Amino acid sequence: MGNLIAKRPLGVDPVGHGDLVLAEVDLGRVTSVAPFAGADVARVLKPLVFPAPGVVSSKGDARLVWTGRGQAFLFGAVPEGLGAVAALSDQSDGWAGLSLTGTGAVDVLARLVPLDLRALVPGQCARTTLGHMPLILIAVFGGFEVLVFRSMARSAWHEVEQALRMWGARAQC
Amino acid sequence: MRITCPLCGPRDRREFYYYGSEDYLTQPEVGDLDAVDAQLHLRDNVAGRVRDVWYHEAGCASWLVVTRDTVSHAVEKVELVANVKGILAKTKLKGGAA
Ligand SMILES: [Zn+2]
Repeated sequence: MGNLIAKRPLGVDPVGHGDLVLAEVDLGRVTSVAPFAGADVARVLKPLVFPAPGVVSSKGDARLVWTGRGQAFLFGAVPEGLGAVAALSDQSDGWAGLSLTGTGAVDVLARLVPLDLRALVPGQCARTTLGHMPLILIAVFGGFEVLVFRSMARSAWHEVEQALRMWGARAQC
Repeated sequence: MRITCPLCGPRDRREFYYYGSEDYLTQPEVGDLDAVDAQLHLRDNVAGRVRDVWYHEAGCASWLVVTRDTVSHAVEKVELVANVKGILAKTKLKGGAA
């Protein structure tokens, strides 16, 4: 087979209002990590730790994001030997990432996400919904990363862009 | 209505899928047809305290046992099915649905 060209889920240019920017994020390699019962994952994961609910463990570019009961998503290379202590599955092409950062990120997402986002600080994450879409929400410095199923990428972008524009229009009047 | 998931914290009811009475966590003895019949079809429909199985569908994907009052709508307790003691023991009891 010839060389295939990887396509981004969206392939769109950033949009924004003031310093608030909605952009597509290249998630890179994403692996679901579900530790086997009683297995010692700590030793293999070092310097990352398997996160408690709602928590992100990070070191440099590598991140381990809690995504459910007994499950976290690893962003970055898979450590040697992890497959022996946890069930791994490649999620890289299954998810799309959006970032919303800048003034008003909380107010815009509050229109779509049923959580008090003011309480979410960098290092924390949540499983919830964006409209009716399953969502992994990660708090980052100055805003959020919004992860949805790749099949819903365009709907998610549309929803957030619409909310951003409405919020921007109100802010102006 | 809000349900406080043991893992995710307080969440809107719409994040959860309602499965049914906690009786579904109990398996009747193989061959005990009356118990199977009771487990599948007989429910008390209580006005008051009930214990039901819910699923945190739009959250952490945990199965939960929610204790709530159908009259006052108060939610008394939310537990992970995985942590509810006695579920496995119950599956071996005679008589099925308790
Ligand atoms: Zn939950």
